[in-house]
Amino acid sequence: MRAVLAPEALEAIVDALRRRDWRVIAPTVRDKAIVYEEIASATELPVGWKDVQAPGSYKLERRDDEARFGYAVGPQSWKRELLAPSVRLVQIKRSNGGLEATKDAAETKRTAFFGVRPCEVAAIKIQDRVLIGGKYADEDYLQRRESSFVIAVNCGEPAANCFCASMGTGPKVEDGYDLVLTEITGGTHRFVAEAGTDEGAELLAELPQQPAADADLTAAQTVTDAAREKMGITLDRSDVHDLLLANLEHPRYDDVASRCLACTNCTLACPTCFCTTVDDANDLSGEADDRLRSWDSCFTLQYSEMHGGGTRKETKSRYRQWLTHKLSTWQDQFDTLGCVGCGRCITWCPVGIDIREEVAAIRATQEAKS
Amino acid sequence: MKTLDAVIAESPVFAGLTQEQLEFIAGCAQNVHFEEGQIIAKRGDAADAFYLLRIGEVALDIDVPNKKSVRVDTVEAGQVLGWSWLIPPYQWNYEVTATELVRAVSFDGACIRDKCASDTELGYALLMRFSQVIVGRLQATRLRLIDIYGADTH
Amino acid sequence: MAQTLTETAGSLEAMTPVPYAVTAKRRDTYDTWTLELEPVDGDPIVPGPGQFNMLYAFGVGEVPISNAGNFETDERLVHTIRAVGAVTKALCAAEIGTVIGVRGPFGNTWPIVEAKGKDVVVVAGGIGLPPLRPAIYHVLKNRKDYGRFALLYGARTPTDLVFLDEVKSWQCNYDVDLDITVDVGDTDWKGKVGLVTKLIPPAQFDADDAQAFVVGPEIMMKFVAQELMNRDLPAESINVSLERTMRCGVGLCGHCQIGPTLVCRDGACYTWDKVEKLLAVKEL
Repeated sequence: MRAVLAPEALEAIVDALRRRDWRVIAPTVRDKAIVYEEIASATELPVGWKDVQAPGSYKLERRDDEARFGYAVGPQSWKRELLAPSVRLVQIKRSNGGLEATKDAAETKRTAFFGVRPCEVAAIKIQDRVLIGGKYADEDYLQRRESSFVIAVNCGEPAANCFCASMGTGPKVEDGYDLVLTEITGGTHRFVAEAGTDEGAELLAELPQQPAADADLTAAQTVTDAAREKMGITLDRSDVHDLLLANLEHPRYDDVASRCLACTNCTLACPTCFCTTVDDANDLSGEADDRLRSWDSCFTLQYSEMHGGGTRKETKSRYRQWLTHKLSTWQDQFDTLGCVGCGRCITWCPVGIDIREEVAAIRATQEAKS
Repeated sequence: MKTLDAVIAESPVFAGLTQEQLEFIAGCAQNVHFEEGQIIAKRGDAADAFYLLRIGEVALDIDVPNKKSVRVDTVEAGQVLGWSWLIPPYQWNYEVTATELVRAVSFDGACIRDKCASDTELGYALLMRFSQVIVGRLQATRLRLIDIYGADTH
Repeated sequence: MAQTLTETAGSLEAMTPVPYAVTAKRRDTYDTWTLELEPVDGDPIVPGPGQFNMLYAFGVGEVPISNAGNFETDERLVHTIRAVGAVTKALCAAEIGTVIGVRGPFGNTWPIVEAKGKDVVVVAGGIGLPPLRPAIYHVLKNRKDYGRFALLYGARTPTDLVFLDEVKSWQCNYDVDLDITVDVGDTDWKGKVGLVTKLIPPAQFDADDAQAFVVGPEIMMKFVAQELMNRDLPAESINVSLERTMRCGVGLCGHCQIGPTLVCRDGACYTWDKVEKLLAVKEL
């Protein structure tokens, strides 16, 4: 089901969602960045803002139009909603010399994610595969996932660090959404909306709309085609799995290690990084232990610690772990690559390490050899 | 029981020697046996003999003052015992004890050593073979320095 | 908008420790103890040979410990633990009656049942013997279903050999070719001295029709695998057990990865051909 929406219809979307008593998480400007937070009105969207990103750099600039989604991606992703940073799984109490463990049942209100980028839809699919597609499903993630309603927004304005086209995840989304919008700013400012599920169609039917004419569809296609053309440095993913596995001791890793601070920003910003740790936290009385699942990062020394020692002591080994997992061994473990080309790791790295550049550097000497 | 000549000819430490060389060595050999607990050599003794163990086990110990003796190696049936006969100062370095009944072929190392001084081909051949034995024991010993079973501590 | 799930278990059950009481405790060496555990309520879980449980010491934390018991009789859990860190020290300090938490069983199993009809070579280094015990029990219990059975065991010193009495009883009561060595001995030690690899050249097995099971420190497994391959045993016939940091034990937290594999999900039992190259890369 398709339709054309005027910009005012976005307020109708928010109203419709709130009428259903759902939470609405959407992009909004806060602390000079576009972040995903709960909103009460479409006026809170980043109207007329765009982001300018470069390795190690992010800033917002005013656009000369009123585009609602005229930016690429912000520092955080929907991972913060689905794979919550810290969750109590179980509470364990001492009782009569024994132990009593009670599971925590997660209760999340139905939540609409309003403004999910194609790369982010792909990232959610990847995390679904990792966290609920294996032998054991993460129940907290599953519950939040089942409570989520996805309104995707195709991209018209990639940032310099975006490479979703290289990773096959954008700038246009094919599936994985309840509703998808494409914003057209040229000519009459409007949105082409398309439902992806029955629930999406139901919502769409409630909105003030015009039918979608061929001209609208062509204009929408032009938006995403143009975005594809505008993208910067590419990453050749066709052979990256084997390339990285064949070059585990490549000297480039020494080079990266001299720059990498192991600050873990990349793993925090990355929408597919899923590593968590399980920690048991005592309360002061010593009578109860909270078993917490919290975000963790393979860049920390503690990550690989085992009886007093660690298996990845050098920064070089940790960077290699992250890179080879993301673009190579993730495939062996989960049948997909782990990277969606959103560019966050490049933007939010304090020293501007660029994953596209690192892969190209490894490939370059590879090619020189053969 | 195999003959002395057969045991010598089949031992890897004499592999590839000429018939003449083997005959000479066999001429310096005789069967011996040691009872359980019998001391074969003590540290500092002149090393004028070496052995090819046929049956049994021999232990190499180091006496440590104020502590229990440390057993640093054992040599089992089929292996060569003793290389100090070939390398100066020609002295045994360990307390060498039979830990059970041992039957071995004993070789007059002093005699073979003298022959090697003039017959350099024989000398080279034996040195090549015995150095492999020594290197093998050294590698195995160095690996035990790593303390592979030790708990990882930081 | 979630995908449909097939045959997937919920993680919360698997993340919740079940109370087990310590019913027996034995000191094996100066830093190793064996605990027997029975559930406070209900029946005990029955880990297969090669599997592990996450053992939880209240207020301290959790560690993965291999099953060291008999997987064909479900009376109790047996775990041999070396006290090297806060959690293992706390577990080893548990007294009879202390309640600890158990989650599991996790990981895959040794192909010991599949090795029927073949010669079996078990090579254990140090505290590598307990994880092999379930497989050994199975062979002994079904002795006539297997060919020759060589049990090669090495430790640093005579006092580091665990279950020595039991191991010797196996030699007396079953057709087992037992060979033991220590890295360093003393004059009371009547056995061999040398690295456990020394025991492989004289071991009796047909390389064309044998399965080896090797557990010990990573470096020991490397040398042993090499010696076994020098005896023409194919890498696919050498089974090893890998160890990596674990947190969840159920393939969700990412910690136990080494290259393309998640040890808690795809291992800890692997054939040597699959892991040789991974272990050759420093700090992979």
